Amino acid sequence: MSSSNSNHKLRQELRGEIPHDHNHDGVDRRSFLKCMAWAGTGALCVIQGGVLKSYALPHVAKHRIKGDLSFVQISDSHMGFNKPANPDVVGTFQTALDRIKALEVQPEFILHTGDITHLSKPEQFDTVSQMLKQTNKDAFYVPGEHDVLDDNGRGYLDRFGKNSRGAGWYSFDQKGVHFIGLVNVVDLKAGGLGMLGHKQLEWLEDDLKHLAHSTPIVVFAHIPLWAVYPEWGWGTEDSAHALSYLKKFGAVTVLNGHIHQTMQKVEGNVTFHTACSTAFPQPQPGAPQGPGPMKVPAEQLRTVLGITDVNYARGKHALALTDSTLA
Amino acid sequence: MTRSLQLLLIGFAALAVLSLCSLKSARAQVAASSAEVRIDNFTFNAPSITIPVGSEVTWVNRDDIPHTVVSEDQLFKSKGLDTDDKFTYKFTQAGVYKYFCSLHPKMTAQVVVR
Repeated sequence: MSSSNSNHKLRQELRGEIPHDHNHDGVDRRSFLKCMAWAGTGALCVIQGGVLKSYALPHVAKHRIKGDLSFVQISDSHMGFNKPANPDVVGTFQTALDRIKALEVQPEFILHTGDITHLSKPEQFDTVSQMLKQTNKDAFYVPGEHDVLDDNGRGYLDRFGKNSRGAGWYSFDQKGVHFIGLVNVVDLKAGGLGMLGHKQLEWLEDDLKHLAHSTPIVVFAHIPLWAVYPEWGWGTEDSAHALSYLKKFGAVTVLNGHIHQTMQKVEGNVTFHTACSTAFPQPQPGAPQGPGPMKVPAEQLRTVLGITDVNYARGKHALALTDSTLA
Repeated sequence: MTRSLQLLLIGFAALAVLSLCSLKSARAQVAASSAEVRIDNFTFNAPSITIPVGSEVTWVNRDDIPHTVVSEDQLFKSKGLDTDDKFTYKFTQAGVYKYFCSLHPKMTAQVVVR
């Protein structure tokens, strides 16, 4: 299926050489123009020139770039989950923390893209924030639908909603990068997808108004802001409005969770990325068993859970995202 | 028509009306009961159920992931239901009640109350 030319490129990349690296940021722009990655089984699959190729994740990890800003995205810890897909979410969360602590370049902070808890219970929130203290890093959160279950999100907001508006949206700056936490899991309508709502969209438009177009932007929200698989609710009704406000910026990275597998898409100036869960995997879109927790043999569990390391180097066009499993 | 025949007819009519009334109320008393909707694999197992006024519906979550039961008009709203948790609501008025899971809003169903 793949031409010898593509095989040659593959071998180059696995050896650490990136062809067509005009930006010198470790990303082959020509080959990665439209790139979609699935990593439900611990491999990174990339569509290159219409052909699906897979890379073992440890090889990708070697392409990490040391930059000016480094942070980690974790997601879907589902503290309190205890079904067969993972009877020990505390244990796998600890493994994720151990991976963070062992990173060659330490992150400045941690982004949690939601479903912190499984049932919005106080002790579940507290366990996660307590455990995260081991990293000695600040943590920034956005809620998942599991975090706003019983009290209109009061439990989440009381803990993590300081300086936020509405259901918990906010923004902050780090080393010239503008971060925006959005909430798309409240006031969902029957039959619909995730929803940002007009109040949040108005706030977003205003928040971006005075930023220089060269400012790198990172948007993080729980449910994907692109239509991963609407049949399973994997998308956001009104994300097109949000993306239209972001169009003028040169480098936008959108970090999401919710789907418990890594997936990546590049569309113009926007790189979309979803992270693995630290609790349990879910099937690939359209799989016959539906979107629920996916059981794998116990010894394989940590190969389908993961964290994402993000690096930004000033002057470079885009942020470098590196997914790694907990195995 | 003779007077006695008139009286007889009125008597029969009254009896008929009384019988109908008591039959109807007896039917209503027997029928108002309870129904169960099972939640499993991101689905309400009955997309539509029809029940008499005064009946209760109990939703039971048999899925391995939590769900909620929320009526579109905000009339009823369960807390988060973990596996084997239940939620019951009594329908006291006729109507069509569409509901969904607020965690997974693609899950929709309805209760028809007659």
